[in-house]
Amino acid sequence: MKRDRMSGNEAVAFAMKQIDPDVMGAFPITPSTEIPQYYSKYIADGEVHTEFVAVESEHSAMSTCIGASAAGARAITATSSAGLAYMWELLYVAASSRLPITMAVVNRALTGPININNDHSDSMGCRDAGWIQIYAENNQEVYDNYIQAMPIAEHCRLPIMICQDGFITSHAVENIELLEDDQVRAFVGDYEPDHYLLKKGEPLAVGPYGISAYYMEIKKAQAEAMKDSRRRIYEVADAFAELSGRRYGMIEEYMMDDAEFAIVLIGSSAGTAKAAARQLRDAGVKAGVVKIRVFRPFPWEELQAALSGVKAVAVMDKSEGFSGWGGPLFAETRAAMYDVSEAHRPLMMSFVYGLGGRDVTISTFDEIYGDLARTAEAGKVENIYRHVGVRGDEEGIQG
Amino acid sequence: MGNTVEIRWHGRGGQGAKTACLLLADAAFSSGKQVQGFPEYGPERMGAPITAYNRICDGGAGNSVHSNIYNPDFVIVVDETLLRSVDVTSGLSEEGAIIVNSRKSPAEVREQLHGYKGKVCTVDAGTISRETLGRNIPNTPMLAAAVKVSKVIDKDRFLEDMEGSLRHKFASKPQVVEGNMRALRMSMTQLKVG
Repeated sequence: MKRDRMSGNEAVAFAMKQIDPDVMGAFPITPSTEIPQYYSKYIADGEVHTEFVAVESEHSAMSTCIGASAAGARAITATSSAGLAYMWELLYVAASSRLPITMAVVNRALTGPININNDHSDSMGCRDAGWIQIYAENNQEVYDNYIQAMPIAEHCRLPIMICQDGFITSHAVENIELLEDDQVRAFVGDYEPDHYLLKKGEPLAVGPYGISAYYMEIKKAQAEAMKDSRRRIYEVADAFAELSGRRYGMIEEYMMDDAEFAIVLIGSSAGTAKAAARQLRDAGVKAGVVKIRVFRPFPWEELQAALSGVKAVAVMDKSEGFSGWGGPLFAETRAAMYDVSEAHRPLMMSFVYGLGGRDVTISTFDEIYGDLARTAEAGKVENIYRHVGVRGDEEGIQG
Repeated sequence: MGNTVEIRWHGRGGQGAKTACLLLADAAFSSGKQVQGFPEYGPERMGAPITAYNRICDGGAGNSVHSNIYNPDFVIVVDETLLRSVDVTSGLSEEGAIIVNSRKSPAEVREQLHGYKGKVCTVDAGTISRETLGRNIPNTPMLAAAVKVSKVIDKDRFLEDMEGSLRHKFASKPQVVEGNMRALRMSMTQLKVG
């Protein structure tokens, strides 16, 4: 174990270096550009043996990964925002071909208007593509998640996204504990797929036409693999905890044991929410935080257990789903709570926040906890769907 | 948050405020602290105002907050022309201090600070860097001033660490190491506190 300090992008590139995969296909886009940049330097310095394919677009980057992975190689890429959107078509090809590609996603707003800063609209937009999605609060977590990615993905034969917040963690230098190279290599192991294109004596087609007589069976198999991946995520987390002393699950519960008011959210702002909860606990308010680590597969059982009996819950989305009544995390979290008995079912509200890099502070979370307390007092939700920090928005949360 | 020291840097794109911010995080890390160093990104270009931030605290769990800093303990202004266009003391603790790269005295600079009552410090980082490095690279002297005023790191330990990392980085250019070390020491000596 080595104590160091580095940015989130460098942490991911460093994990990649320790793993030394076979192929990287990548095209630069802010704020993930540094990942292939650092990695190119590792290649130039002879520190890794990866074949780097410099492509002309993200569509080709994902195509490269698909080709390499189908051939039997361990393939990686990194992207953000419009780059991820440009991969869209191929994301489904990768998932349905059951290719365990690992993609580092540095979350950035999708264009419209153009913006380089953080939100989750890019990876939330492809949440139904059949990729496992794991999110990080800080640099340590994105490093740890990346090291767990391949043992999860390759076992389940599903592609995986390891997400972190653009600039907020990708460009922030923070303390980090790094594993030794040999520890990482032993943990991740060699990639030895059962079936692949270059396997002698076993002719194989990848990505053929799926006629109606077969298409649904293929989709059901993907769905089963996604459901089963939950067990594998825990197995890998257990092994990682033994190696590193750092334990992960589908979600992280913070001060939730006796919480009356909870905030559910994803990513770097969870750290700020935790700081707000700590301060409120000192003032006698029973505040708690639930951080979603794994969004696909969706941690509905864990959320039911964590939120059951809480008086009021704010589910915070860093993306607008334009559903007209809240973001995707809200919709799915609230659906998960439907099966909880009425006596234990919390009042729930949707807050859309942080779009295009809009900052969120401890005082923002204080306001939200205050709103939860008022809602619990009133015994009903007045306004189910609101925005945070929008100028001139009298119904929203200002903070 | 508790013992966390929060610092905000103001500079113009290209002057190295971001680099100084990351160097301070590095130096604080080397002396055993939990650190954050991060710039605020947008459509920057050379010469446009930029902001960068540090959170530094003693060991332990560190700081989990991931937002910009609105109530800093210290503010460092790498380019004094920003005093005309940016409200640099916004939210600044009156128990803290502002350090401005300027030839002026702290009393003269204070007149431009909209009634800020805390400590005002000035250092002529431009002249120091020209004398020691041959170019106007104000961020190195400003980094030294930040360490001296904020006391987030022991200043002798800081100078030792900086010398070590510069010797490592510029192994083939010993004159660069010496120039930078002189810049750091001169800044600490010439800093004016008002």
